[in-house]
Amino acid sequence: MKDTPVRPPALELRGIDKRFGAVHANRGVSLSVAAGSVHGLIGENGAGKSTVMNIVYGFHRADAGEIWVNGRRVDIHSPQEAIAAGIGMVHQHFMLVENFTVLENVVLGVEGGRLLAEGLSRARAELEQLGRDYGLEVPLDAVIGSLPVGLQQRVEILKALYRGAAILILDEPTAVLTPQEADQLFRMLDRLRQQGKTVLLVTHKLREIMAITDRVTVMRQGAIVGEVETKSTSPRELAEKMVGRSVLLQVEKGPAKPGRVLLGVRHLEVRDHQGVARVRQVSFEVRAGEIVGIAGVAGNGQSELLEALAGIRLPDRGQILLDGQVLVATRADPRERRARGLAHVPEDRLRVGVVPSFSAQANLILGYQDRPAFNRSGLMNNTAIRTDCERKMAAYDVRPPVPSLRLSAFSGGNQQKLVIAREVDCDPQVLLVGQPTRGVDIGAIEFIHRRLVALRDAGRAVLLVSVELDEILGLADRILVMAGGEITGELSREEATEERIGLLMAGVREAPS
Amino acid sequence: MSQPKELPRWADLGLLPLVSLAAALLLSGGVIALLGESPWQALKLMVDGAFGSQEAVGYSLFYATNFVFTGLAVAVAYHAGLFNIGGEGQAYIGGLGAGLVCLALGSWPFWVVLPAAVVGAAGCGAAWAFLPGWLQARRGSHIVITTIMFNFIASALMTYLLVNVLIKPGQQSPETREFSPNTWMPFAHELLARVGLNFTATPLNLAFVLALVASVFVWVFLWHTRWGYSLRVVGQSPAAAVYAGISPSRLTILAMLLSGALAGGLGLNELMGSQHRILIDFPGGAGFVGIAVALMGRNHPLGIFLAAVLFGALYQGGSQLTFDMPRVNRDMVVVIQGLVILSCGALENLFRQPLTALLGRSAGSDARRA
Repeated sequence: MKDTPVRPPALELRGIDKRFGAVHANRGVSLSVAAGSVHGLIGENGAGKSTVMNIVYGFHRADAGEIWVNGRRVDIHSPQEAIAAGIGMVHQHFMLVENFTVLENVVLGVEGGRLLAEGLSRARAELEQLGRDYGLEVPLDAVIGSLPVGLQQRVEILKALYRGAAILILDEPTAVLTPQEADQLFRMLDRLRQQGKTVLLVTHKLREIMAITDRVTVMRQGAIVGEVETKSTSPRELAEKMVGRSVLLQVEKGPAKPGRVLLGVRHLEVRDHQGVARVRQVSFEVRAGEIVGIAGVAGNGQSELLEALAGIRLPDRGQILLDGQVLVATRADPRERRARGLAHVPEDRLRVGVVPSFSAQANLILGYQDRPAFNRSGLMNNTAIRTDCERKMAAYDVRPPVPSLRLSAFSGGNQQKLVIAREVDCDPQVLLVGQPTRGVDIGAIEFIHRRLVALRDAGRAVLLVSVELDEILGLADRILVMAGGEITGELSREEATEERIGLLMAGVREAPS
Repeated sequence: MSQPKELPRWADLGLLPLVSLAAALLLSGGVIALLGESPWQALKLMVDGAFGSQEAVGYSLFYATNFVFTGLAVAVAYHAGLFNIGGEGQAYIGGLGAGLVCLALGSWPFWVVLPAAVVGAAGCGAAWAFLPGWLQARRGSHIVITTIMFNFIASALMTYLLVNVLIKPGQQSPETREFSPNTWMPFAHELLARVGLNFTATPLNLAFVLALVASVFVWVFLWHTRWGYSLRVVGQSPAAAVYAGISPSRLTILAMLLSGALAGGLGLNELMGSQHRILIDFPGGAGFVGIAVALMGRNHPLGIFLAAVLFGALYQGGSQLTFDMPRVNRDMVVVIQGLVILSCGALENLFRQPLTALLGRSAGSDARRA
């Protein structure tokens, strides 16, 4: 990068404009990515980042604007043409065949030669070379399904390089990684940069922008609102650009005042349909007036634990105590648990927590549809339901405050506010919260976090499950880390550091001190 | 980001079915022109045959009554996420229930017979739907497969009963004896005569009012009770139902019971109202027409009523057509009905897309901006 003379930008967008019906997804987006650099594209959910990417990769066509690659104007109508122009993409959800080997996955679609063996042996040599050049060693004959997520991602990168990509677009690459795996990824990207490749990193996480990029472009509401040198900016400045106003990255909260135990879990074991234990011998308790956070990489048993506690899934062994009373664990009954003061904000909001096709007011009684307040002599009291919805919409700043509007017409943040309103407003003893801010914009995140802290301060117990480490560190008074279905460690907020949690997330237990 | 565009509600409920209907009529017109008859003349004959006289209206609404019952049956199951193809069998067995009550209570006054017959029809229809519902809920057997099978079983069972058990002694045709007249549904012309109105004698009878009552009941049940709410949650999202403490399997069974009971209502109209005996294959395909009626009526009672009237009119007007146009036979009328079903059901999306492009707005785009 330093020894080359002035190169044209590797990728340049000029005045990209795109509408989906009435939604103006991209407004005159112009962006220039210097060759041999790591460029960040940051913005909230719905800011139009994905649309930009999809246009560059040929999934969508821009209504107006030009794409220039290495100083030449290109027309990209399909991913094939993007690849031909030297653009490779690593999707957030990997596009890999689970039961194929690494080698087979990489050559899939570009096998070459009439017989598979021919292409495979040529590819093997080339991949070994690529691996050495970029520090991307992967066991070529391992089956994808058996590899950890970090290596699977590496295969995705190899796939793009093998197809001759000089420009790599990574979409939210760290969503599924532990902090250590993310650091490895950053080292890999650094190596690619040194070798002259260009990387466009699309993300909503400030941490990785600060960690690896040279320059960063901020998008808001479909338009570019700023481009800065990473060295000369700060997370706070970026966050303010993203949201368009000043934000609190950290919730202000006083010290916790833990009281009696409200939720007790003893030797809980949960198996999936195949009989594999997803939660193993988990014991912990949550006290009144504290937020306990469960950290862990997605898929390490947190979801199953949460479902078992909420009564959606039947545990195989162990006890759950609610305010000192043992819950009958022989049948799953969320209704009974709600009646006893256990509320639940589920992880998968759209599939589990709401009915997207119903109106907001119909969603606000989900789970509480039998309450006398919403019923009058056998019929539902629609007036009461509407009034209740209007009140909650006002209290939780849901926009637009229209009870009859279909839920799917609200933004992710407002949908989640509705769910939080429903589950917090009934004043539960214990609140289970899964991924409360997934797909939620920064403004709403701040609001939701403050609500959870307020509930804690009112002397209730909150159990927070999140894969966002920042969220756990920002909210929890006590942190449990789960890996492989077990609790691998417990840290107080004061002891907790990203490094210690990261090791526990990887399943490395600390030696007892 | 890419929000699928949506039709405005009025267009989805009103315009789209009309466009579909117009397309079906256009196609049918082509078929009739191929036969060498005038499509315009045929349309006039059909409309006239369906609505041109008191007699025509009476017959159209009589047929529509059957379709309201079977259409509602399909709709209730649909809202629970179930595709009940078994309306035909449920109506058949439901009619058996109504018929047996009429045969047994021949000497009782009508106002005793009526509630008993309603219970008999609904109970037997529900019972016939219960097993497929139970199999779906507890065993995961697909409701489409089992309800189709139960149509065949119902048909075989009724043939057996009518040939061997219920047949009137000393006759050839497999039918029961006639119900005693005090168990008959009062005809519309009789009821109207009592308030001094003159109406031609047609099979239209009190069951038409019962169908309207059933429509209102379904509307109140689905949108104004917590059971209806729970049923719709199960239909839209079983995972959300479990989360809310609603048992999808219990609601599946409940929906099928209700669906079967509604289908059973056909027996009240067809047997108590018109045939006055139990006979082979009296539903005559109305159970299947109910699917088209529910589809076209957007699974809403009001839409179902309008669609049922349309199909009743097609049925009646089609019969008229075969009388007056020698080259159009009974089968051609079935073809025309088939084209309407095809256009309103299967080809709906053909018109949806251009209409959406024309009138559509992005889903909740205003809300997102707020």
